[in-house]
Amino acid sequence: MSEVKYSKEHEWIRLEGDIATIGITQHATEMLGDIVFAELPEKGSNVEKDGTAGVVESTKAASDVYTPVSGEVVETNPSIVDNPSIINQDPENIAWFFKLRIKDKSEMDSLMSKDEYDKFAKETTT
Amino acid sequence: MGKRVNMEIKKTPLYKLHQDCNAKFVEFAGYQMPIQYSEGIVEEHKFTRNHSGIFDVSHMGQLFIYGGDELIKDLEKIFPLDLKNLKLNHSKYSFLMDKDAGIQDDLIITKINEGFLIILNAACKYNDLRILKGLLSEKYEMVLDENRSLIAIQGPKSSKILNEVVVGVKDLNFMSGNWFSFENQKVYITRSGYTGEDGFEISISNDSADKLTRELINKGSKLVGLGARDTLRLEAGLCLYGHDLDKDKTPVEANLKWAISKERISKGDFIGSDIIIKQLNNGVSKIRVGIKPEGKIIAREKTKIFNQSDVHIGEITSGTFGPSVNGPVAMGYVENEFSKKNTKVFLEVRGKKHAANICSLPFYKKSYVKGVN
Repeated sequence: MSEVKYSKEHEWIRLEGDIATIGITQHATEMLGDIVFAELPEKGSNVEKDGTAGVVESTKAASDVYTPVSGEVVETNPSIVDNPSIINQDPENIAWFFKLRIKDKSEMDSLMSKDEYDKFAKETTT
Repeated sequence: MGKRVNMEIKKTPLYKLHQDCNAKFVEFAGYQMPIQYSEGIVEEHKFTRNHSGIFDVSHMGQLFIYGGDELIKDLEKIFPLDLKNLKLNHSKYSFLMDKDAGIQDDLIITKINEGFLIILNAACKYNDLRILKGLLSEKYEMVLDENRSLIAIQGPKSSKILNEVVVGVKDLNFMSGNWFSFENQKVYITRSGYTGEDGFEISISNDSADKLTRELINKGSKLVGLGARDTLRLEAGLCLYGHDLDKDKTPVEANLKWAISKERISKGDFIGSDIIIKQLNNGVSKIRVGIKPEGKIIAREKTKIFNQSDVHIGEITSGTFGPSVNGPVAMGYVENEFSKKNTKVFLEVRGKKHAANICSLPFYKKSYVKGVN
């Protein structure tokens, strides 16, 4: 089983080997409302842990997407750019944002488990 | 010592209903207002365009000014309208200007039997009242009526739905109104709105507002929040005060000269008329335009606009994703020489310049009912 972890900026990350798939959480999409625009990092670019690696916009406002770990962008998901509404429909599965070849697996250690994130999300909303 | 200010956030009489419909609230102009309900802004927007949406606009000011012929003369010194020829129960869009023709508010004024009813923006209403009291001295009775709610119903099915609840409204023409009855209460209804759709605005006592709205929902309309109100009005090319209009902009710069009476310009005896006449004769240096980004990028308020030679020529004042247009839409002010339709411009979003074109407004074609009989 691959391991899924969560960040305080409401991203999820699934690690398989040294490839991490990253997207935003269901909870994030509920806070944002209807997503109508998505921008992704350049394939081949390097992104740093906690740095900006994309943008999502609702009708109301733009929000940065951060990467919870450092690495090289090896793949991006064009379907969320063509049809941003799928991010609301299935954020933690088909609407992934980008894949990284990660540099340092230990960066995963500070991230939250599913249970920890659910608790965190509940506390930060109320 | 300053005046005591009541800092409590106000709620409209529909607050309980908004809660029942799972509204997400935001504070707007001192009121707790619904930004959206459970279906979300895009669905609410589309439902309004295709069926019928209900908007709680009770935060807006309903100013009744009572008086006869003398009041008409005095108001003509303030508003650039031909009020003496405004028929009973007919409405006009206008603005409250300062002496430099800067817009202090935009408004709808309706001739009623006893005087005028003016609908004011929520954030401006107390200041407007203060200004108007100053200008009219104490000659006329003025009531900013907080005992009445204002409910808009907009969209193609609204006439049929509202007519089932308040018989006779379907016969109103666009920009006209009348008194009707709901549960033995007098309600004043105008055929108007701010979405680019056919619709109505209902002025009703606070006690009956909840009941009327629930009946409209039972007949098939749905509550729509401020989020979709913003996307609807922007697609319709309509201005939002505090964003597209403010004290630093005149009606000529805002491309709203259609709302200024030609007859009144020839006399030039209203507040701000000197500047208005000068701008109409000599042109303006900046003007409001529609802007359509070529790609998917959304350029929001304060986005800088550049020409093809990379010179800064203006700024976006409203920008969002238009659900009916299915793409980004924006309005802003540019230097006059770049205001022609199809002029290519560039919008700076997150450090990158994105191509866009000046376009005519509205982005979405209106379907107002002009004459029903």
